[in-house]
Amino acid sequence: MNRRAPWALVLPALVALAFLVLPVAGLLVRAPWSTLGTRLAQPEILDALRLSVVCATLATVVCLFLGVPLAWVLARVSFPGRRLVRALVTVPLVLPPVVGGVALLLALGRNGLVGQWLYRWFGVSLPFTTAGVVVAEAFVALPFLVISVEGALRAADLRYEDAAATLGASRWTTFRRVTLPLIAPGIGAGAVLCWARALGEFGATITFAGNFPGRTQTMPLAVYLALENDPQAAIVLSLVLLAVSVVVLAGLRGRWTS
Amino acid sequence: MIDAHIVVRRPAFTLDIALEVAEGEVVALLGPNGAGKSTTLRALAGLLPLSEGHIRVGGEEWRHRPADERPVGMVFQDYLLFPHLTALDNVAFGPRCQGVRRSEARRLAAEWLSRVGLAEHAGRRPRTLSGGQAQRVALARALAVRPRLLLLDEPLSALDVDTRREIRAGLRRHLAEFDGASLLVTHDPLDAMALADRLVVVEDGRVVQEGAPAHIARHPRTDYVARLVGLNLYRGVAEGHDVKLERLTLSVAESLGGEVFLAFPPSAVALFRRRPEGSPRNLWEATVGGIEPYGDQVRVHLEGPLPAAADITPAALAELGLAEGGPVWAAVKAAETHAYPA
Repeated sequence: MNRRAPWALVLPALVALAFLVLPVAGLLVRAPWSTLGTRLAQPEILDALRLSVVCATLATVVCLFLGVPLAWVLARVSFPGRRLVRALVTVPLVLPPVVGGVALLLALGRNGLVGQWLYRWFGVSLPFTTAGVVVAEAFVALPFLVISVEGALRAADLRYEDAAATLGASRWTTFRRVTLPLIAPGIGAGAVLCWARALGEFGATITFAGNFPGRTQTMPLAVYLALENDPQAAIVLSLVLLAVSVVVLAGLRGRWTS
Repeated sequence: MIDAHIVVRRPAFTLDIALEVAEGEVVALLGPNGAGKSTTLRALAGLLPLSEGHIRVGGEEWRHRPADERPVGMVFQDYLLFPHLTALDNVAFGPRCQGVRRSEARRLAAEWLSRVGLAEHAGRRPRTLSGGQAQRVALARALAVRPRLLLLDEPLSALDVDTRREIRAGLRRHLAEFDGASLLVTHDPLDAMALADRLVVVEDGRVVQEGAPAHIARHPRTDYVARLVGLNLYRGVAEGHDVKLERLTLSVAESLGGEVFLAFPPSAVALFRRRPEGSPRNLWEATVGGIEPYGDQVRVHLEGPLPAAADITPAALAELGLAEGGPVWAAVKAAETHAYPA
């Protein structure tokens, strides 16, 4: 017999569901559907969207190039202090993004710890540039990629790497030709998470890269600003971000999650 | 010539095995689960460091060589074919790692696949291959690196009975053609006897017996080996043709002195309801401990002064009217017992 679920659990569950769904529904209800087409075609919106997608994609690429090796080291090499390193990797995850932005300024700003040398030697200054947006987004999104790739590496059958070694493959060859293809789904899932996080990034971006339309004003920044002087535009921008999130979620469901 | 002394220490287990395998020779490591057979193979392949000992191959010391620099081919228990590569690319993987050009590696791989009879399956992914086909791809992949030492970990255990017979025959042929040393691990005595020139029996991390399959089959030295080859085995003290066991003295064909093993097959035991006339010499009264079907025979487990297994026909069982716990007289002919120095 099917036992009745207790109200003490069902009621809060329903409230939680409403709490999650209502705001999104509100967004859909209050959207200026009649003028949506013309608003979407506005150059400011297109600029912000293009900048967001480009920066999030670049940040994801940066995260892939740096994060996959870091995940490999954490999963496959035992060294003293590995637990500490793993804890450090997750710091940006719990750090308020604004604090992350401040920290980035202190490290990579023109007078920052590393930034002063970058500027002195190469004439490179990252803050308040499009590259700065990419840096801020990558900083915040990297842990997502590292954690999901490390999980995939730990779950992968190590004996395939043994088999590769007996066939004469060096560790680098084994990584390239065996490990990487085997954990490709995990990397894909991590990259999507990473991209979604980078796309929505606000705090670190506005702190480190500022808010210059066309250069560093990404969608989330544009939404926040539009809310002050043109609420309708804010809703349209939000709808676009919502649509992007739904598409990403659908992609994840189809391929990488059960 | 492989000359290895492999010592691997674990918290609750120590493996300490000395092995020699000549070029062209096939040696089987036979033993129960957990005896350390697979650990031995992994140590030889370089996947596991030795705690002590050496691995000398043709005079070269391999102990500190990493796995990818040892000319070893290994067939894993569940094959471990790379799932994202075709059968052909799996076989070409080794040659590619040795720096062979892609087209040449693929040509070599195709050659190996056709040698194991899988030329037309070159483009298939491992998960679309049957167990027997996957086993042959794994063998081709291991041989394609031109190893000096071929290691096979339970190469037939993942196959069903019919495939196993067929693959065993094929494997035997490939092992015969292979000019390097082969070491295979198995817990199946049939595989070991069919494939190997020499058996090394490992129990609890140590070599307990080694020799030609036919010799081991006739001269087991531990209960495990006796069970494998289907013999009743005892240890006793011989004086001429008499062997004094724990609670009984049997007479044997051989004339020996000192500590000996005594073995006879279950089929050599005759059972009687009453004490037989003319009293044959090796006669004792036993209790029926258990009765179970055994092929087309019936195996009777005897308890009493000489615990033993006896194989009789179902008709004989009916005639004897045996029941578990009941008494029975047992006899074994001196000519069918076999004694050898311990």
